[in-house]
Amino acid sequence: MTSVLAAVGNWFFSLLRYLGGLSYLFCDGLWWIGAGPLLGKGRIRREETFHQMTRISIRSFGIVSLVIFFVGMILAFQMAYVLKTLGVVGYVADIIGVAMVREMGPLLVGMVMTGYAGAAIAAEIGTMVVSEEVIALESSALNPIRFLVVPRVLAAMIMMPMVTMVAIYVGIFGGFVVAVWILDLDRIEYLRRTVEALTHTDLISGLIKAEIFGVLIACIACFEGLSVTGGAEGVGRATTNAVVRSIIAIIVSDLVFTAIFYYFL
Amino acid sequence: MALFEAGRQPGPPAASHRASDGVLIRIEGLRKSFGDLLVLDGVNLEVRKGETVVIMGGSGCGKSTVLRHLIGVLEPDDGKVELFDQDLSQLDEDGLSALRRRFGILFQSGALYNSMTVGENVALPLREHTNLAEDIIQIIVKIKLELVGLRDFESLMPAQLSGGMRKRVGLARAIALDPEIVFYDEPTTGLDPIVAGVIDKLINDLKISLGITSLVVTHDMESAFRIADRMVMLYEGRVVASGTPEEIKKTSNPLVRQFVQGEPDGPIPLRLSKVDYEADLLSFKPLK
Ligand SMILES: Nc1ncnc2c1ncn2[C@@H]1O[C@H](COP(=O)(O)OP(=O)(O)OP(=O)(O)O)[C@@H](O)[C@H]1O
Ligand SMILES: [Mg+2]
Repeated sequence: MTSVLAAVGNWFFSLLRYLGGLSYLFCDGLWWIGAGPLLGKGRIRREETFHQMTRISIRSFGIVSLVIFFVGMILAFQMAYVLKTLGVVGYVADIIGVAMVREMGPLLVGMVMTGYAGAAIAAEIGTMVVSEEVIALESSALNPIRFLVVPRVLAAMIMMPMVTMVAIYVGIFGGFVVAVWILDLDRIEYLRRTVEALTHTDLISGLIKAEIFGVLIACIACFEGLSVTGGAEGVGRATTNAVVRSIIAIIVSDLVFTAIFYYFL
Repeated sequence: MALFEAGRQPGPPAASHRASDGVLIRIEGLRKSFGDLLVLDGVNLEVRKGETVVIMGGSGCGKSTVLRHLIGVLEPDDGKVELFDQDLSQLDEDGLSALRRRFGILFQSGALYNSMTVGENVALPLREHTNLAEDIIQIIVKIKLELVGLRDFESLMPAQLSGGMRKRVGLARAIALDPEIVFYDEPTTGLDPIVAGVIDKLINDLKISLGITSLVVTHDMESAFRIADRMVMLYEGRVVASGTPEEIKKTSNPLVRQFVQGEPDGPIPLRLSKVDYEADLLSFKPLK
């Protein structure tokens, strides 16, 4: 009994320590985005940030679109299956619109980005730790947070809502394709219903989620990368951890924010 | 500089602070353990301005660990590390940053930034810490790369270089900002004798022409005797001997003699295992 309690306690404390480290990294990053450059402590690396932005947007866009387009189509079939029995197949448009904007868009982009960008960031920074590049940065008075973390977190913060926005269109288009060509719904009517079903609140809540997922993915990946110890094995472990922990963080924060939006928005 | 042989007693304390005695690097009673492993057990060392001091010592005796304390990425368990009369542990982030711009370090592995070209590696400190125009930076990069004989390799990535070349780029990067102190971790290991000679000459030239203070970790005795004003030997976590190259050559200290002459037999055991070899081999439980 006591050993179970102790184990739970230990787990809880290591969770707290992890969250503490993560928040510290994030705050440090924010400081280097805002106050640092203003106080002349060091500028933001623009080129590197653009480079990271292309990774999170253009280069990941193929896979993101593919996934969300298919999910849009699948969702249309699944919803039609239920709605058909009620004789209201036309509701497919409303459901896909709302689901994509409020939930599936940000969630799927978050999941894909975890695998696409999060894993890569963790591996990249982890390798830099192992090959002493991070120590070399520090010893040349270059803060690794400013140098490595800020471009990645900033890129994620800027690009995640944008990618999500475009992904939502692609997802709705996936549903549209099935609805129009297979379920034989009227295309104008479908689009009209989609637009009518959606409110600004839906869009804002979806984009807030996307922003939060972006911050989580980038911060967790950087944190895991920077805490690598040991050699190649440590990098592998960090990469796996980054993906697993990002997924958990995304899903938990998704629930929390969905609940908050449900009650307050 | 008289040869002192500290043996197993604590090294001579240099406690009194004389601000203007020209000591740029001062380590006092530095102790460091990693877990149960005691690596540094009270290291004392002083390096004066313009001096080249060589640290010798067996593999794994903690030479790189000493350098890591000097650049402020490891914190001492006990003792004090001072650069330019400033105690590193007393400095805040800004103070440490300011200090770090005044020295350069060549890492044992080179530690080049693998996502940047050779030229960008050398240019990075200049771009980040100076307001120099880009064309001036390009010129400085070429000058520094020429010093280590790699001017033609400016646009290559580190992965395309050999180990020795990477080390030379690391050296070019270390001296990019014309630092007052340069730390070298095994600058000539992995280089052919001619290039090693060039690097030794470079270290000497930097001292003579710019008055740069150098702390060099090396196993390469030939190189050590070429560059050193003073040599110290690290053994079992302490400085066990210190002296000019002549004094070290003539020393009667058996530890130093063995190391300098590379003799397999002597007071320094090759094997650091604590468990008796025969007992260790026989300790396996026979398989049923
Ligand atoms: N981060 C670390 N964690 C645990 N142990 C470490 C760490 N860094 C160094 N050590 C240990 O400290 C000891 C000294 O390491 P160090 O790298 O300073 O040796 P060295 O004298 O530079 O050796 P070499 O000449 O082979 O480079 C070694 O036994 C090493 O295992
Ligand atoms: Mg070493």
